[in-house]
Amino acid sequence: MFGTAVIVFREVLEAAIIIGIVSAATRDVPRRNYWLFAGLMIGLLGSAIVAASTDVIAEFASGIGQELFNAIVLGLAVVMLAWHSIWMSTHGAELAAHARNVGANIREGRSESSILMIVVGLAVLREGSETVLFLYGIAASGSDTLSNMLIGGFIGTFMGVAVGYTIYAGLLRVPMRWFFATTATLVLLLAAGMASTAARFLIQADLLPSMASPLWDTSQLIPENGLFGMLLHSLIGYDARPSGMQVMFYVAVLLLILTGMKWAKSAHKKI
Amino acid sequence: MKFLYAILLLTPLVGFAAEAEFTLVIKDHKFEPAELVVPAGEKVKLLVVNKDASPEEFESYTLNREKVVAGNSTIKIYIGPLKPGRYPFIGEFNQATAQGVIVAK
Repeated sequence: MFGTAVIVFREVLEAAIIIGIVSAATRDVPRRNYWLFAGLMIGLLGSAIVAASTDVIAEFASGIGQELFNAIVLGLAVVMLAWHSIWMSTHGAELAAHARNVGANIREGRSESSILMIVVGLAVLREGSETVLFLYGIAASGSDTLSNMLIGGFIGTFMGVAVGYTIYAGLLRVPMRWFFATTATLVLLLAAGMASTAARFLIQADLLPSMASPLWDTSQLIPENGLFGMLLHSLIGYDARPSGMQVMFYVAVLLLILTGMKWAKSAHKKI
Repeated sequence: MKFLYAILLLTPLVGFAAEAEFTLVIKDHKFEPAELVVPAGEKVKLLVVNKDASPEEFESYTLNREKVVAGNSTIKIYIGPLKPGRYPFIGEFNQATAQGVIVAK
């Protein structure tokens, strides 16, 4: 039961942190909760489908289907978060100022809400499918009683969601002056971290060279399987033993999005 | 001319510059062998064969690898080039029993 709770917690935590940050960042988007819920449902449904077709996915592309799948899901999420960051860098303040009177913004708000839905859906899809497989494995092998498994799963989910919600509630308390800068930074780091993980999957599939692996090793200082390491991993993409390629992906995505935000801002001012 | 033929014949070998291949078998939620020696300093292809009906996740923090292995199926995973040393791995779904170590020499 305890083991189940820990593993489920780990999977749920990552998705919950992503959802917490993205929800806070889009708090003024009209009908946000509706889109959030839709993303959650799509992600859960997708998880079950992905889990059921694990062997098919794994054999796809001569055995590297799983890596490709993960890299694509992460890549899509990075693109969506980049889009969000660039769009928010010009419209975020307006959206907040006219939160009660969003008539003019509603079309733009809609594209933002579909981004929210997709990011949430992708996060749940990736972590959810592993959870489903894990729980299925326990149930199939009978190594734990069903009630123990369910209790463990519930505790793990509850704890993960609690952390995600704490981050969300904490962000909402950030004063308006700093709110956009704070959420923008978090979304940026989230995207960079996902890019680094995507690179790791492509290296594992032998589609990319690792380049200096590991570039550094901080596993003694902050182990990745400790609570703090897990939090850092989900928040900023912390990796105790990253390869050179992962770090390159991380920095490249960071710079690309920052450049995009700057460019959008200066283009916006000219109008 | 003979030289050219020789090059042509060798090209596919270069393309597939076959990495050394090693196999780990999962049975009854245990790895066999529990300790696998691989050459250090080169990329290695690892096959993980799951003979159990339930899925498993091959995971190693030291190798920075994770991959799900469905029940009764095989995955391949590329590791290294590794520095000489010991690299523990686990089957995350059955951590209590599924443990092993890759030794790079």
